[in-house]
Amino acid sequence: MNWRRFGVVAVVIAVLFGVVIVIGKSQTPPLIIITSMLTTTIAVATPLTLGALSGIYCERAGVVNIGIEGMMLAAAFFGWLASLYMNSIFGFAPTPSLIIGVFAAILSGALFALLHAALSITFKVDQIIGGTVVNILAIGVTGFLNRQLFFEKNSIFGGNVPHAPGVLPSIRIPILADIPIFGGIFDQQPITIAAVALVFITHYVLFYTRWGLRTRAVGEHPRAADTVGINVAFMRYANVLIGGCMAGLGGAYFTLQSVSSFEPLMTNGRGFISLAAMIFGNWSPIGSWAASLVFGAAQAMQINLQIFRELIPPQWAFLQQSYIVGLAPYLLTMLILTGVVGKTIPPAADGQPYEK
Amino acid sequence: MTENQIVLEAKGITKQFPGVLACDNVNFDLRKGEIHALLGENGAGKSTLMNLIYGLHRPDKGEIFVNGKTAAIHSPKDSIALGVGMVHQHFMLIPVFDVAENVMLGDETVKRGSLDHKSVAARILEISAQYGLNVDPNTLVGSLPVGIQQRVEIVKTLYRHAEIVILDEPTAVLTPQEAEDLFRIMRDLTARGVSIIFITHKLKEVLAIADRITVMRAGRVVGSTTPQETNEANLASMMVGREVILTVDKKDHEAEDEILKVEGLSARDQRDLETVHDVSFTVRGGEVLGIAGVQGNGQTELSEALTGLIAPTGGKVMFAGLDVTGKTPRMMTEAGLAHIPEDRQRHGLVLAYTVADNMALCDYYRAPFSKGGVMQPQALDENARRLISEYDVRTPSPYVNAGKLSGGNQQKVIVARELSRNVKLVIANQPTRGLDVGSIEYIHSEIIKMRDRGVAVLLISAELDEIMALSDRIAVMYRGKIVATVETKKTTREQLGLWMAGAQAQAA
Repeated sequence: MNWRRFGVVAVVIAVLFGVVIVIGKSQTPPLIIITSMLTTTIAVATPLTLGALSGIYCERAGVVNIGIEGMMLAAAFFGWLASLYMNSIFGFAPTPSLIIGVFAAILSGALFALLHAALSITFKVDQIIGGTVVNILAIGVTGFLNRQLFFEKNSIFGGNVPHAPGVLPSIRIPILADIPIFGGIFDQQPITIAAVALVFITHYVLFYTRWGLRTRAVGEHPRAADTVGINVAFMRYANVLIGGCMAGLGGAYFTLQSVSSFEPLMTNGRGFISLAAMIFGNWSPIGSWAASLVFGAAQAMQINLQIFRELIPPQWAFLQQSYIVGLAPYLLTMLILTGVVGKTIPPAADGQPYEK
Repeated sequence: MTENQIVLEAKGITKQFPGVLACDNVNFDLRKGEIHALLGENGAGKSTLMNLIYGLHRPDKGEIFVNGKTAAIHSPKDSIALGVGMVHQHFMLIPVFDVAENVMLGDETVKRGSLDHKSVAARILEISAQYGLNVDPNTLVGSLPVGIQQRVEIVKTLYRHAEIVILDEPTAVLTPQEAEDLFRIMRDLTARGVSIIFITHKLKEVLAIADRITVMRAGRVVGSTTPQETNEANLASMMVGREVILTVDKKDHEAEDEILKVEGLSARDQRDLETVHDVSFTVRGGEVLGIAGVQGNGQTELSEALTGLIAPTGGKVMFAGLDVTGKTPRMMTEAGLAHIPEDRQRHGLVLAYTVADNMALCDYYRAPFSKGGVMQPQALDENARRLISEYDVRTPSPYVNAGKLSGGNQQKVIVARELSRNVKLVIANQPTRGLDVGSIEYIHSEIIKMRDRGVAVLLISAELDEIMALSDRIAVMYRGKIVATVETKKTTREQLGLWMAGAQAQAA
């Protein structure tokens, strides 16, 4: 990630914010709009950030992971399911149920990652195929179980969706959240806070620790790592599993933090957009986070324009059509991936199985 | 400790790979402070034996002793712990890491959870000063020249306190001067008690530096000797198993008309860096122009630009009087170009196709191989059988996949396809890389045959001996430029070596 790319990020975010400020300024002061936009941007960027981190762990270790979408979807479903079980069958209070749900989501992300790791590391299946298997399996399993559990009369939930335990409460970060006006940015739900913390933790792990050095080594030149006594298969398995945990936490965002329900296919391409963010960020955690924020800002614009719908001037009427604004993240993905920001360099052994 | 103490011994090592017995009951030993050369052709089993000692593979049978004790080597970790270090033929370095990161990888120093880059760098400087290696711990490995990268590999072994260092074909990528430097370092190391196994197929080097020589052929040790007791011819016949003619029989030949004229050619590589700058030369019919140079000085892009595989970014290429700058490979082929590419498996053959199909790759689309868009099996078969017997390709049938053949026979398929056509110019890039002595002899004689028939030959090779044996004139390439062009008879190995290392020519 170079400065030029950070510049692109800053400009695009400024433009997206600018549109909302220009439209809403007659009703709300710009500073309030900026704060609200920033808060939403960081929040909605959460699954993208975690998805990108998932990709970074896998691909820095040399395993291409296009299964992030599937891992997230499965985690969203199983995390939610676990919280329902805890709440309505075992009678746990809402918050503990949700927390158990988050861990169930992380675990299911890791299990799907284990499948991907076994396919691509042990059985040396083409890694794109391995990732596709994960994606298709996740769609199938979640769709099927969703139907069986909630729409079949004789299921444990009696053919109804039980009352969900709600969503994870926000946490006010002490001191920072008390800053006037901007304090709202630091009043976020836990998965968002975890995601931002994980960006910096991952940066430290990758570039300043033994684990990171070895991870990058097996992703760049596995044979070189092997000749100095590093267990390539172990490093790859472990990092793909860590990646699965990241995707799992990202999945938990959908059903335990954002809304309290599950719908088939609800990840809606976020896993793939996070791959785009990872590539744009040149496989670096901070760069990828910046890219995730661009997509987050596009989504925040869509959300905030709903609020200012009445204020949109007639010559900008197209912005009233929410589906047009809703396309923004996907259009940005295409633009960014077609290389408007120059060449990115993936890890040298990304996608290559290691043969002794 | 006595002077002749045996530090490493391999007894009865046998290793079977699918289809090949790579090591067959091999015995080998190494004494303290000596340089023991392991000589053999490609595929003789030298590298396999060393990979077994280093723990990259496990032997099927046999035992390894280090300092007199049985060594259980299951992975490189074990051999490193026993004081064995290896510098691999293809460097085991990560270009995007700096020297310190490469050196510490697998044996990191950690302070409060973080890598202790500083203390590692200090250790490297210390080792570097002790052995005169001159390595800077903070530069990115990818930006270092090959000779220095090799020193980083040596530092890597010393950093792990290696007392036995295996050097696998270390001179393959070096200029003669860099090789001399390496020999000095090797002598320094042995003077300090390090023992070295030196793997090579170059006879001159073995005689120059080794204390003892062991020769391997087809997975077996065929003999051991010392430089005092033997000579080049003797070693060569041990290596190959029969008498070998080491010199190429070449008569004087008058050069004819100009066939290839290159003017101010520039080209860029895949990373968009200009690797060929303003290169000019001519090749005439009946002459071999050799392009000498260390690998990676623009030879690949030069040959790709001349054969139409990449478009040059500047300059002009005239072929038999026609401007062919930027023409496609097919146009070049039809104009009378034979191309023996650098990477025979990727650019010379379709490994998953049969020998017969590979032999028709230049002409498959026209008669007699194709009529009205339909392939003619009869014609393919006749062509293949004729070429197989004419060029002595050892294959069980014309319908075996090219990937199944040995390197030498794969190259013969390419040579047969390219040289059997009616050509005016041959561009041969590293035509004998990785081949056995028998195949090298054959390919050299075919190249000379073409020259004697009046064909122009452009020979690109990193093997200085090959260039000197075959060329009538030699151009030296350094960092994308031709730094000197001379007649072979009027120059020496040493002079060429200096140019290859970047010295400017006084008079071109």
